[in-house]
Amino acid sequence: MTGQPFPVEAGHIMMFARAIGDETPAHRGETVLAPPTFTMASAQYDPDHRLRPRQGEEWFGSGSGPGVMPEGGGGLHAEQHFEYHRPVRAGETLYATTVPGRSWEKQGRTGRLLFSERVTEYRDAAGEPVVSARTVAVVPEGPATPKDAR
Amino acid sequence: MSLSADGIKVGETRESVLVEDLKRTRIVQYAGASGDYNPLHTDERFAIEVAGYPGVFAHGMLTMAMTGRVLTDWVGTEALLTFGVRFKAQVWPGDTLTATATVESVEDTPAGPVAHFSVRTVNQNGAEVVTGIAAARLEP
Repeated sequence: MTGQPFPVEAGHIMMFARAIGDETPAHRGETVLAPPTFTMASAQYDPDHRLRPRQGEEWFGSGSGPGVMPEGGGGLHAEQHFEYHRPVRAGETLYATTVPGRSWEKQGRTGRLLFSERVTEYRDAAGEPVVSARTVAVVPEGPATPKDAR
Repeated sequence: MSLSADGIKVGETRESVLVEDLKRTRIVQYAGASGDYNPLHTDERFAIEVAGYPGVFAHGMLTMAMTGRVLTDWVGTEALLTFGVRFKAQVWPGDTLTATATVESVEDTPAGPVAHFSVRTVNQNGAEVVTGIAAARLEP
């Protein structure tokens, strides 16, 4: 199979289920089903994942200083869509392939908003589709503006 | 676990409190499990001084994942066919979130009956943080 391998492990599902407050027995034990958004955690296996500190590389978060906004930073997650072809089970390996989708722009309150899609197909070892995921990100154009108050 | 077409009615709703007084450590817990260590969510100093927010806020995907529980507790993980959301507003530490799922329609398809849901998660002020739709297979 081509694509980024994502070994689906029972312990990883347990940790993910705990983090989302899902204590149902379906996500514990050896023969567990992954929660519906679990494929996002395939980022753990992406060697180039930008949102994880990596040994020997500069991390953009705070240390002795406050950190720096990375190139293309300031983006937010606008939408997320999943299509399930079958449940994801512990013990299998999925293979993730990501391609860019559509991009468009909208006029926001403080300037143009640039939207872009990424479509990731998760297939099993036989090449059958398991989960199709579509991410929509939004980046405001131009300089940073004061954010919404809490 | 799977729901039968007789066991579900259009207009029926389920409501679930997803989290009360969201803690920063819960956000860190999600960062560790998901692999999304974006300092916007895990690093108060970065979020304030560099990104210009009042502080860290939850990953949209944490809110979506918690919202999914109102569906999976109802129809079962294995019955879910689609789940999609829009992120409407940030979720902050201290927030209490409540999700509601509503059966909008039940469709007969060649593969059997399918229920279509709307989902909506609001914070303690009643502001929408996530809205979306989902579909689930039903037992005939």
